[in-house]
Amino acid sequence: MSWQAIDRKSAPADEGPGLSDAVKEKIRAFFPRYETKRAVMLPALHVAQEAIGYISVRAMKDIAELLELPPSAVMDVVTFYTHYWTHPRGEKVLMVCRSLSCQLMGADKLQHAIETKLGIKDHETTPDGKFSFMTEECLAACDHAPCLMVNERMHKRVTPEQLDKLLADADSDKLPMPRSDLYDAPHGEKPARGH
Amino acid sequence: MAYEQILMRNCREGGDPSIKQYKAAGGYQALDKALAMKPDELVEFVKGANLRGRGGAGFPAGVKWSFLPPNRTVTYLCVNADESEPPTFCNRVLMEHDPHMLLEGIIIAGYATRTTVAYIYMRGEFTEQFHVLQKAIDEAYADGLLGKNIRGSGYDMECYIHRGAGAYVCGEETGLIESLEGKRGWPRIKPPFPAVEGLFHKPTVVNNVETLACVPHILTRGLDWWNGLGTQNSKGTKMYCVSGPVNRPGCYEAPLGITTRELIYGKDFGGGMRDNMKVKTVAPGGISMGFLRGDMFPKPDGGKVDVTRDCDELDCLLDFDDPRHYGLLGLGTAAAVVVAEDTDIRDVLFNVTRFFSHESCGQCTQCREGTGWMHRVAARIRDGAGRQYDLDLLAEITKNMGMMPGLSICGLPDGAAFPIRTLVQKFRPEFEKRIGEQQADAAKRRILQTNPAAYDLPILQGRAVQPAGGTYMTPEKLKRN
Ligand SMILES: Cc1cc2nc3c(=O)[nH]c(=O)nc-3n(C[C@H](O)[C@H](O)[C@H](O)COP(=O)(O)O)c2cc1C
Ligand code: SF4
Ligand code: FES
Repeated sequence: MSWQAIDRKSAPADEGPGLSDAVKEKIRAFFPRYETKRAVMLPALHVAQEAIGYISVRAMKDIAELLELPPSAVMDVVTFYTHYWTHPRGEKVLMVCRSLSCQLMGADKLQHAIETKLGIKDHETTPDGKFSFMTEECLAACDHAPCLMVNERMHKRVTPEQLDKLLADADSDKLPMPRSDLYDAPHGEKPARGH
Repeated sequence: MAYEQILMRNCREGGDPSIKQYKAAGGYQALDKALAMKPDELVEFVKGANLRGRGGAGFPAGVKWSFLPPNRTVTYLCVNADESEPPTFCNRVLMEHDPHMLLEGIIIAGYATRTTVAYIYMRGEFTEQFHVLQKAIDEAYADGLLGKNIRGSGYDMECYIHRGAGAYVCGEETGLIESLEGKRGWPRIKPPFPAVEGLFHKPTVVNNVETLACVPHILTRGLDWWNGLGTQNSKGTKMYCVSGPVNRPGCYEAPLGITTRELIYGKDFGGGMRDNMKVKTVAPGGISMGFLRGDMFPKPDGGKVDVTRDCDELDCLLDFDDPRHYGLLGLGTAAAVVVAEDTDIRDVLFNVTRFFSHESCGQCTQCREGTGWMHRVAARIRDGAGRQYDLDLLAEITKNMGMMPGLSICGLPDGAAFPIRTLVQKFRPEFEKRIGEQQADAAKRRILQTNPAAYDLPILQGRAVQPAGGTYMTPEKLKRN
């Protein structure tokens, strides 16, 4: 994180997609909540990533314009936080916790199983664009170690044996509760998917 | 012995997080009581409870609130829901099962501090919890508990969730404020403290989720009840977490001051170790507080605590004072991770150093370089290429980083130093044994695996290889040796 660059292997060749008017409107709706426009940075990036799948250079420029900042200020923030991707990710991002409790309960076996099954390593995406994989520090679910997050959904006490079923399950990233769409992409936006 | 569940009364499988359930259980009565008082009276009241912050530092909440400058027009309240200290998860449990308890605490604290806007800074990985809490906020607005003229008192407060994006250091209060302002989560130099100049340069209070959730109960049940729980300087009830290879990992509530042994072995708590293993070590307050020796060591023969002897330290009380006697930084978040006897201590060291070197924000040289250096040393010890004096080197590095020697902006490197120091100090015989068992050419094999430029070379010059003049060693050159 932060001062260490993440080697995500492939830098996108072009500026990528920008933000639609609906997304911009959604971001503007956050302005009354804060004293400065700049404070809308994290919400804006969340909404943008939901809408286009990652934070493209074009999107950074669009956000900079909305928040009245130089684009470098947006890029500065994007690269600090591990949550934001600067190139397309897979449809489902698998996040394995690697902190102490999970490690003691077998997270490295789980990581190894995912890496061999999908043939990808940390921060990589499968060629069909279905899965990306990354390791995370403690996800605050240590009582259910080892944990695996699939996009938004937390899977608890995951063993390598459960992996096949989990990867085949189309709903493995759906939350079981009513959602608030506050940070979601505006209705109908389809994210760009990884390569 | 089972303790009364107060904060966790609704925390069970299938518990209903709605406002209806919360009101049926007597919720929002404390708010009426609070609104009948003057804000300053309320601050004095909470001061009387000695409610010490549950976020890690243990600073009394009432005292923190009284530092706000008296003639202010805008005040912000930031709720610290960034819970990212491994292995802490009590805020998560509370927010997903009883979000209104937190909201009531926020409204009361907001009224006491005359807050205009409260932001709940919630870590990005909390997805289910975000939807539950957002629903609770919507319910509270609909019920007139938030917004304009709360319950007809003339007091207005807005409350928003602000989602983070994955950075441990954003849990530090000024890192949180910077992140909320839309910047990288770089902690600020203090003073000025947030109470004077915080979010958007306005007076700001930062409090942990659990701290605020305690406030309504203190109001309804009274100071005598609260001050009757816990030990001398640590009052009240606390949510303890226990994880690792125990039979019942989870979050359990008890008054402050239970022993670490009870947390691991008590039948209402961790329920003992899996397969009847013995405990090698336990970090009773989250990993940044440091490690205790487990019960695979002989029992102490009574008397004063002496950390220089290899004795069982599980009698450490979990309150704000006792952990210090065992060489730990403090109580932290009271979240214990238990390491069983069959775990290699080198793996524990490696895991902990990796966490801190990954999470340092990089502003201060001592922290950025120190955590990374310790991580590289731990990696070579784990890979079987350690040197006996690496142990002294680690101890030396831990002395030279952090706020305590006055070398850094925030407390992260102190939190990195204590676990490493206590591990090296308390498990030195095991480290020495492991290093002694290594093969003679371990260092050379290690360097062949990795980038030769990345490791400090002088040791290898004497031991394994002679580099050609002036250039760093390439694997080819090493092979020629
Ligand atoms: C590196 C670092 C990380 C921290 N992370 C958290 C955290 O995740 N949650 C939290 O409540 N406090 C965290 N704290 C403590 C906060 O700085 C602050 O003391 C706390 O939020 C104050 O709330 P309290 O008085 O209610 O405990 C952290 C501190 C440091 C130095
Ligand atoms: S001490 Fe470390 S984490 Fe804290 S501000 Fe300095 S570099 Fe960042
Ligand atoms: S250690 Fe994996 S969730 Fe905390």
